[in-house]
Amino acid sequence: MGDLDFEIIGRALPYLAGGLRYTFQLTLVAATGGVIFGTLLAMARLSSFKPLALAAAGYVNLMRSIPLLLVIFWFYFMMPVLLQSLTGAERPPQIGAERSAYITFVMFEAAFFCEIMRAGIQSIAKGQAGAGYALGLNYWQVMGKIVLPQAFRNMLPILLTQSIILFQDVSLVSLLNVTDFVGAAVKVAQRDSRVVEMYLFVAVVYFVLCFALSAAVKRLQLRIAIVR
Amino acid sequence: MKLDIFLQQVPDGDGTWWQSLASGLQWTLLVALLAWIMAFALGSLVGVARTTDKRWLTRLGDTYVELFRNIPLLVQFFLWYFVVPGLIPSVKVWVTTLDPTQHQLVTAIVCLGFFTSARIAEQVRSGIQSLARGQRNAGYAVGLTQVQTYRFVLLPMAYRIIIPPLTSELMNLIKNTAVAYSIGLTELFFRTREMGEMTFRYFEAFAAATLIYIVISMAANRVMAFIERRVAVPGYIAGSH
Repeated sequence: MGDLDFEIIGRALPYLAGGLRYTFQLTLVAATGGVIFGTLLAMARLSSFKPLALAAAGYVNLMRSIPLLLVIFWFYFMMPVLLQSLTGAERPPQIGAERSAYITFVMFEAAFFCEIMRAGIQSIAKGQAGAGYALGLNYWQVMGKIVLPQAFRNMLPILLTQSIILFQDVSLVSLLNVTDFVGAAVKVAQRDSRVVEMYLFVAVVYFVLCFALSAAVKRLQLRIAIVR
Repeated sequence: MKLDIFLQQVPDGDGTWWQSLASGLQWTLLVALLAWIMAFALGSLVGVARTTDKRWLTRLGDTYVELFRNIPLLVQFFLWYFVVPGLIPSVKVWVTTLDPTQHQLVTAIVCLGFFTSARIAEQVRSGIQSLARGQRNAGYAVGLTQVQTYRFVLLPMAYRIIIPPLTSELMNLIKNTAVAYSIGLTELFFRTREMGEMTFRYFEAFAAATLIYIVISMAANRVMAFIERRVAVPGYIAGSH
């Protein structure tokens, strides 16, 4: 350990903090958007209108059977082309990897949150929805006022655990040269050729954050469990 | 979309783009297979350790799982590829005797093996703990030692119960091999990107890779379903005949 120089980390700290902020932002946006979009997908999967249910199931299964890295690159290269055909612009708009990652992760995580929310919706006794319809509520009222609040509460620990996995998965955007936490570390490590110190530091930071977050989720799980 | 691109020659390479993707697929499958064997063996050991009555063994197993679960896979690749040889001189000496491809291959297998083993350990532990306590006691009552009880009573049942979650772990492992692209291993995703980069036919390259990944996921799924049916204990697991 004699020739290790950990002062390098102190000097690079502001830059690394900027990367970590992007990682948190992307995680937050993807988790929020993913839960919203995933809930809609789950409702579509449970729909009695077969084509809708099939389309939603196809989307979810496709996203779940290919590597995230491939999804990230798909969106990065195909989004400009898609936007061009949507807007009818002359040239493909340049949106950049930083911004395309937001859409990528929302779309990708939606598939995983969909499966969690589907289990959550199915965990609510059918009689509850039936009672809602008997009172004259429509589908959206039954879902919004009766089923989803309970499903969301039951699934909250799993949704949060999935968000911690998402927080780790965000690191893959660094392979598109995005300056997330890992991306920032890679750039500093290469510039100063201090690879060992930088990657050790990144691993320790991730470990401490994820360990603390999962411990918090475990405590939350005990606290919010509904006594039946 | 023109499919003839797959039959065009790779510049500076031998063979067509299709053959290039196929060779990437071979690396993907090789890494997945060897990492799976390593993960299964290690994960079983750690999973069993977490269910014994020795406190220190349980703690050690828990720490092992937390360690590999709370660091992103990409960072774990960097740790094995750059940090471990940088910190341990004997590893560095050994690594310099390897050619780059061998170094990447060994790193990918070791990294994915440890990463997946922590997840398998978690499944093995929950499988053993899902068994009725009477099973373990019955083993001891007929005079089996602890090792024999695990070998002949607990593990044969636990493995059967956890086949469905193990199936998803195998599929995750196959998908995770794509991250080996980050250290330059020429697996399927590496070849896909290379094809996109050199021909600008990203759509065709990514579509081909998507199809291949779907096919191998489905194949792995079928194989595990076959094993599940073959080893099912009649009347024990719901839905099996």
